[in-house]
Amino acid sequence: MAQQSIDVRYVAGLARLHLSDEECAEFQPQLDAILGHAESLLSLDVTGIEATAHPVPVHDVLRADVPHESLPLERVLANAPEQAQGQIRVPKVIADA
Amino acid sequence: MSLAASSITRLRQLLVSGEISPLDIVEDLEAAITARDADVGAFLSRDLAAAREAAAQADLSLPLGGIPIALKDNINALGEPCTCASRFLENGYLSPYDATVTRKLREAGAVIFGRTNMDEFAMGSATENSALRVTRNPRDLSRVPGGSSGGSAAAVAAHTAIAALGSDTGGSIRQPASHCGVVGLKPSYGRVSRFGLVAFASSLDQIGPLTRSVDDAAVLLQAIAGHDPADSTSLRTPVPDYLAEIDRGVSGMKLGLPREYFGDGIDPAVRATVMAAVDRLQAAGAEIVEISLPHTEHAVATYYILAPAEASSNLSRFDGIRYGVRHGGSGDLLDLYRDSREAGFGPEVKRRILLGTYVLSSGYYDAYYTRAQKVRTLIRRDFEQAFAGVDAILSPVAPGAARKIGENAGNPLQEYLSDIFTLSANLAGICAISVPAGEIESDTGTRLPVGLQILGPHLGEASLLRVAKAAEATSTPA
Repeated sequence: MAQQSIDVRYVAGLARLHLSDEECAEFQPQLDAILGHAESLLSLDVTGIEATAHPVPVHDVLRADVPHESLPLERVLANAPEQAQGQIRVPKVIADA
Repeated sequence: MSLAASSITRLRQLLVSGEISPLDIVEDLEAAITARDADVGAFLSRDLAAAREAAAQADLSLPLGGIPIALKDNINALGEPCTCASRFLENGYLSPYDATVTRKLREAGAVIFGRTNMDEFAMGSATENSALRVTRNPRDLSRVPGGSSGGSAAAVAAHTAIAALGSDTGGSIRQPASHCGVVGLKPSYGRVSRFGLVAFASSLDQIGPLTRSVDDAAVLLQAIAGHDPADSTSLRTPVPDYLAEIDRGVSGMKLGLPREYFGDGIDPAVRATVMAAVDRLQAAGAEIVEISLPHTEHAVATYYILAPAEASSNLSRFDGIRYGVRHGGSGDLLDLYRDSREAGFGPEVKRRILLGTYVLSSGYYDAYYTRAQKVRTLIRRDFEQAFAGVDAILSPVAPGAARKIGENAGNPLQEYLSDIFTLSANLAGICAISVPAGEIESDTGTRLPVGLQILGPHLGEASLLRVAKAAEATSTPA
């Protein structure tokens, strides 16, 4: 495990968070302390131990491929911050050539 | 006793006999909220008109007919706000559908009334991470109610709700129940549908009841448990009758005391209160045996890798596009995401997203995330081995009673460490309940409730409730 400090600004970029300098400075020691505590797991021998992603062994749950009623469009769109013509408005996704 | 202070069981008797009407209960609750909620702050919103209408139409022949139930504000109810106590959803989000638990409550005749405060996106142990409101412990207003379902626990304790639903990812039902002196049940993973619960950590989250009595917890669990095609992790195992054996007592049962849960770091007064409850169960006929859950000390590290990892993924949906806050619309799409998330999320949510993103990032994934998943296996095995020899496990819920508001500010690790006794049940997927065990003197001149935690094997709710009922019956009245 990493002993070095977490690069908060870099990780915030990965997490799509636009943190202020003050937030980075506040979070840095807090996250370092938490990750430092997590290093206690290094003391355990986990060789050959299977990873648990999920506490109950339920796998490959399938349902019948039958169409059913969806939520009404207007009720879903009502929560969108910006909408027009029955669609959610977003900034231009494709850059100019 | 006022209607608002009564149990579900008692109110059902009064309703069925015709002594009161469902509208009487709603009116009594509204009066109680008006009188007390300015101090306690348990509610974020409520729709009195809708509750009155539902009460007027309530079918009293149903198991919860005419009983108002409050919902933690991360459970969807059609047409109502569902803020998750976050600025992100504070304005401009109304649930477009009912969560499965909400639908099941309505189908059982319940009246949905009131949305309770919580830590933002259920991340916290004190409800202090709510971006919208301060909730105070009804037993001592200088103290926190616990969290993250602090509003639900405080409302039941303050007699401003008959019962409430909460969610428990690492103790968020049991710990506030303990701090407020009410009953809080976290069902086994897969017992209750999570459809319509705003996801925090999907392999750990479960919805459960906060109530005044163990019987009430059983009644509510009965109403919400069961398979749901909309949640592929909900189990098809039939739901037993949770009241059938609840009064059978603990005579002949073997109950385990894990030595790792009674060591240093626990308030001696809390330990003494819990041990007194254990002694009473022994006197009631249970055999008490010492057991070991050797990986307990690793629960906090394991949980605070896995839960933030899942949260960082789940909360990626809050991007300012489909619902909630939108900022930075003049820039490109990436700016919109970054600015919306920066504006919408509070500090604890950001910390956990950062932590989760870090442990899942390239170069750290195996060292943190995969290793924590393996330790989760070891913690799960600890319980499997323990339950081969005992029917249930007894422990404290938290190392101390409710702390003062603001006490752990700026020290998240310290706050995380106080979750030590509740996290393992979620990691292992088993069921667990907090039942009032007694009270301790505080340095603010109040008496603070302390809960006894009872842990049962996966899908062992029926016998868990039986032990809980015995613990409740033998506890000294407040």
